[in-house]
Amino acid sequence: MDVLRVDDRLTDDERMVRDTVRAVVAEKILPNVAGWFEAGTFPARELGPELGKLGLLGMHLQGYGCAGMSAVAYGVACRELEAGDSGLRSFVSVQGSLAMTAIHKYGSEEHKREWLPRMAAGEALGCFGLTEPDRGSDPGDMRTHARRDGSDWVLNGAKMWITNGSVADVAVVWARTDEGIRGFLVPAGTPGFTASDIHRKLSLRASVTSELVLDDVRLPGDAVLPGVTGLKGPLGCLSEARYGILWGAVGAGRACYEAAVEYAKTREQFGRPIGSFQLTQEKLAWMEIALGQAGLTALHVGRLKDAGEVTPQQVSFGKLANVRAALDVARQARTILGANGITLEYPVIRHMNNLESVLTYEGTQEIHTLVLGQAITGISAYRG
Amino acid sequence: MNIVVCVKQVPDTESPRKLKSDDNTLDRAAADGVINELDEYAIEEALLLKEAHGGEVTVLTMGPDKATDSIRKALAMGADKAVHLVDDALAGSDALGTSYAIQQVLGRTGFDLVILGAESTDARTGMLAAMLAERLGVPQLSLANKVEIDGSSITVQRITDYGYDKVEASLPAVVSVVEKINEPRYPSFKGIMAAKKKPVEKLGVADAGIDADKVGLAGAATEVVDFADAPPREKGQIVTDEGDGGAKIAEFLASKKFV
Ligand SMILES: Cc1cc2nc3c(=O)[nH]c(=O)nc-3n(C[C@H](O)[C@H](O)[C@H](O)COP(=O)(O)OP(=O)(O)OC[C@H]3O[C@@H](n4cnc5c(N)ncnc54)[C@H](O)[C@@H]3O)c2cc1C
Repeated sequence: MDVLRVDDRLTDDERMVRDTVRAVVAEKILPNVAGWFEAGTFPARELGPELGKLGLLGMHLQGYGCAGMSAVAYGVACRELEAGDSGLRSFVSVQGSLAMTAIHKYGSEEHKREWLPRMAAGEALGCFGLTEPDRGSDPGDMRTHARRDGSDWVLNGAKMWITNGSVADVAVVWARTDEGIRGFLVPAGTPGFTASDIHRKLSLRASVTSELVLDDVRLPGDAVLPGVTGLKGPLGCLSEARYGILWGAVGAGRACYEAAVEYAKTREQFGRPIGSFQLTQEKLAWMEIALGQAGLTALHVGRLKDAGEVTPQQVSFGKLANVRAALDVARQARTILGANGITLEYPVIRHMNNLESVLTYEGTQEIHTLVLGQAITGISAYRG
Repeated sequence: MNIVVCVKQVPDTESPRKLKSDDNTLDRAAADGVINELDEYAIEEALLLKEAHGGEVTVLTMGPDKATDSIRKALAMGADKAVHLVDDALAGSDALGTSYAIQQVLGRTGFDLVILGAESTDARTGMLAAMLAERLGVPQLSLANKVEIDGSSITVQRITDYGYDKVEASLPAVVSVVEKINEPRYPSFKGIMAAKKKPVEKLGVADAGIDADKVGLAGAATEVVDFADAPPREKGQIVTDEGDGGAKIAEFLASKKFV
């Protein structure tokens, strides 16, 4: 069911993107993703080139081998990817919206020519290192630092929870310098730079999450991204990725909803389908409403973004509201599936667990709440 | 090489399909339209041949306005241009009328090779390729699951119930393809962007020099006289395995003449 039919307002191109990504996810992801989740793996090296061939990686960037599509088309793609798995969408977000966007926005012409075409093709993978073991919500107070040594830079520090970290060919690493926070391109294999995976996650298991260690990493002077200094650099990329998340969450929620509707119609107890009980119908009705509203929010924010009018508060609104809606839907769906709701035979608990990460990364729900709080009251509750 | 692919938009087989009660023709407005599945293989084969031998791929679609969606998808997959034959006078055309109309358009575009899917999922007559080849006076190579071109000669592997035939002809020719022939590509996002700039020529009946009396419902030589819903499926038979399950299943299959 899809009462509001929000997708009727998509353009032909956006619909073609939707149908294509949906078909690819059905063919290549859905048959395998529960297995990847269970094993705690993600075949980044194999999927990179396949997604690159489609044009998914950095699809909303212009030039350098990127498709140059609209924000709404990118959003729709994120939604369909995340209906497969949040780990898949994370892979694409980090590659396109974080690593490639950092280079596209702030890199030199040489950086762009060296990395972007290969990254768009999925032949080179990127990661984005901002969070640290001791600094998460407050990245402005990061410990990782870079100092000048002649014409070189020398980096020291550690980054934590870095998606695609150990599979990346290039890490965009943010570090404090005498001038303020700056971004550096650190190629894999640079002496002193190591990436090791974080295990024992119970969420986003079909995604590579790593710790990066920088121990006297010496980089040439031109490894720094020349286009930006200060926290606004990484935040400018995060805003792009958060925008993708507010669409992606709708996909994860929809996958849970569809599983619940199907189950409610076919599972029988007390001699009737459980979908005939009023309590079940109420759950389904609220799920339909939550997803319809989230879908509307996503399309509205997307159209604003394409018009060049979107504000960070609107993106915070969407990320907060839509991830929360998706998590509510996932939990309700879980109850409808009863015991089957806790197995990987159905997509629901996988999405539900994944959404716990989505709730936290790219700005926790608390931080986005405070962004809105500040917008409403004019008073910042978290910055001095 | 000038390759023309005939692409039909059909109702999505995943959505419920109905016939209209007033004229017994398919209700094309009621269902989502998609490219006829076998035509995607035809498009892919045309693109592969172009990649190997050079030339140009033209999509030819006869169908209502809404068929534009399917044309755009074919262009996004990589076809170079399209001709859209669209006219109310064409509605309800049967295979004879359709083959005549397409022949007229091909007279304008010219062709070295025409590729079609072997049948459409809606009408399923499977006759268009044969009729078209006959009207054009060129060889027909049907049910191809492999196509090779060498200069002006074309060889296909034609699937049959017992294996395959190797069929040779010289160009120009008409080829119909089956699904084993290739793996149709997804439209890439760059392809979707590029498709917007590719030329789509819209032709009406008069533009294409089509005699309106020979097409459409009125011009059709065949008529759907009546239709009825398929009977509901009968309940399956459950065989309880009491150690003789295998024998019982074999018995059942034999009774239905499957073995
Ligand atoms: C699977 C996964 C992948 C990730 N991928 C990346 C990546 O690729 N790159 C990257 O840089 N980072 C990544 N992250 C890190 C993520 O962005 C951080 O986890 C997030 O910013 C929160 O930081 P933290 O975990 O240190 O929590 P903390 O900041 O320590 O927060 C702990 C709790 O305190 C709350 N809190 C903090 N400050 C305030 C305040 N002022 N007022 C109220 N509450 C507050 C938080 O909301 C939270 O509830 C990833 C995380 C996960 C789980």
